[in-house]
Amino acid sequence: MATATTAAAPMIARSLTAEAAPASARQASPREPFNMTLRINDREHRVALDVRTTLLDTLREHLGLTGAKKGCDHGQCGACTVLIDGQRMLSCLTLAASVQGRSVATIEGLVQADGALHPMQQAFIDHDAFQCGYCTPGQIMSAVGCVREGHATNEASIREYMSGNLCRCGAYANIVAAVTQARSAT
Amino acid sequence: MQPFVFEAVTTTRDAVAAGTRGRAGSSLQSPTQFLAGGTTLIDLMKLNVMQPEHVVDINALDRSELGRIEATDRGLRLGALVRMAEAADHPQVNRKARRWPSHLCLLPASRFATWPRSAATSFSAPAVRTFATSPTATATSAAPGSGCAALDGFNRTHAVLGTSERCIATYPGDFAQALIAFDATVDIAGPQGSRTIAFAELHRRPNETPDIESTLQPGEMLTTFFVPTQPWSRRSLYVKVRDRESYEFALASAVVALDLDGDRVRDARIALGGVATRAMARRRS
Repeated sequence: MATATTAAAPMIARSLTAEAAPASARQASPREPFNMTLRINDREHRVALDVRTTLLDTLREHLGLTGAKKGCDHGQCGACTVLIDGQRMLSCLTLAASVQGRSVATIEGLVQADGALHPMQQAFIDHDAFQCGYCTPGQIMSAVGCVREGHATNEASIREYMSGNLCRCGAYANIVAAVTQARSAT
Repeated sequence: MQPFVFEAVTTTRDAVAAGTRGRAGSSLQSPTQFLAGGTTLIDLMKLNVMQPEHVVDINALDRSELGRIEATDRGLRLGALVRMAEAADHPQVNRKARRWPSHLCLLPASRFATWPRSAATSFSAPAVRTFATSPTATATSAAPGSGCAALDGFNRTHAVLGTSERCIATYPGDFAQALIAFDATVDIAGPQGSRTIAFAELHRRPNETPDIESTLQPGEMLTTFFVPTQPWSRRSLYVKVRDRESYEFALASAVVALDLDGDRVRDARIALGGVATRAMARRRS
């Protein structure tokens, strides 16, 4: 399984935190750990990982940011949605090495400076827009992106532009209501 | 996913140099692949269908002409790294929608899922790999000469045009049909310099070598697409039929553009998708 391979070296990664080594543009050999500087939620993280490691596995397995979820690992469910330079992207189909020099926002970064929930998070609670909660971080990040893109104009548009985020519990109606509520505040 | 050497480049020249050094070619087995949006490449690498030894990340090139959209009276120029969603929302494209191929707005905006669309770049969309699935295997001509696993299987979504005994895989993209119907050209940068070809000349039929999908030479990469203003640009539509409302390749699709003189059709441009091994034009003047 690809996930076992890419998450395979947490012990090696931790012991090789690249403090002095600069972020590389090119490795010498395929199995050599790749030094990377990643900017996640306005904080810099320096890691040395197998270059095959996806952004999703990096967040969850190596940075302790387990908000983004692995639903399918093949770009079909949207549970891994994050914002990269403000754009909605699937972190399971993004190599961590590819996001050096870009700014990544995850669900953990949505909380406001004063500790209050982001309006979109609050709206999801207000409208009971989740049941098991597994798709929810992806839904919320996607909703934030959708509103910023100007695509949350009406129900049909919200449904179309959020169609990449699946919810097996079927909370779609309430998700649409939540996005409708939060769009003016986002 | 097989191990590979990762290299990020920041200029077209460096990208071509890395591609040439690594013998990046149009075959599925090419040892070097360019990485743009990654929505197909990374997925196929996870499935071990594609196993490049060297991946050249060209995303930083979106700060150059490869990331630009320019609409003039002569035509529409799209850099190869422009994202489908970005093109659909672009004010220059939208404002001229009545004169521009309207489906350039429609196709990313209405019929393709949001994530792959936001990540899928123009670069990757036309160069999307042809693939076929059968219940037991996802074949993308991974092993040349091994034949087609899908030929006798559940092949409802596969190609009926442009096939051979070796391949019935469908070209699954949408963008190429528009480019072909509108006589678009594509600029290619390579070790021998730049060249421009009709987009219709980019893809190859499978014939006996289904693993070789395009006419790109080793080290070459697409840089920009140009869609010229033509009489039929004023009136066009893209229709995509599929089993689901969203996030689904076309079962069948068509781009149709008409040059009308009152009630008389002076020229009709038609391109088909979802039914052929590459985007196909059906043209009648």
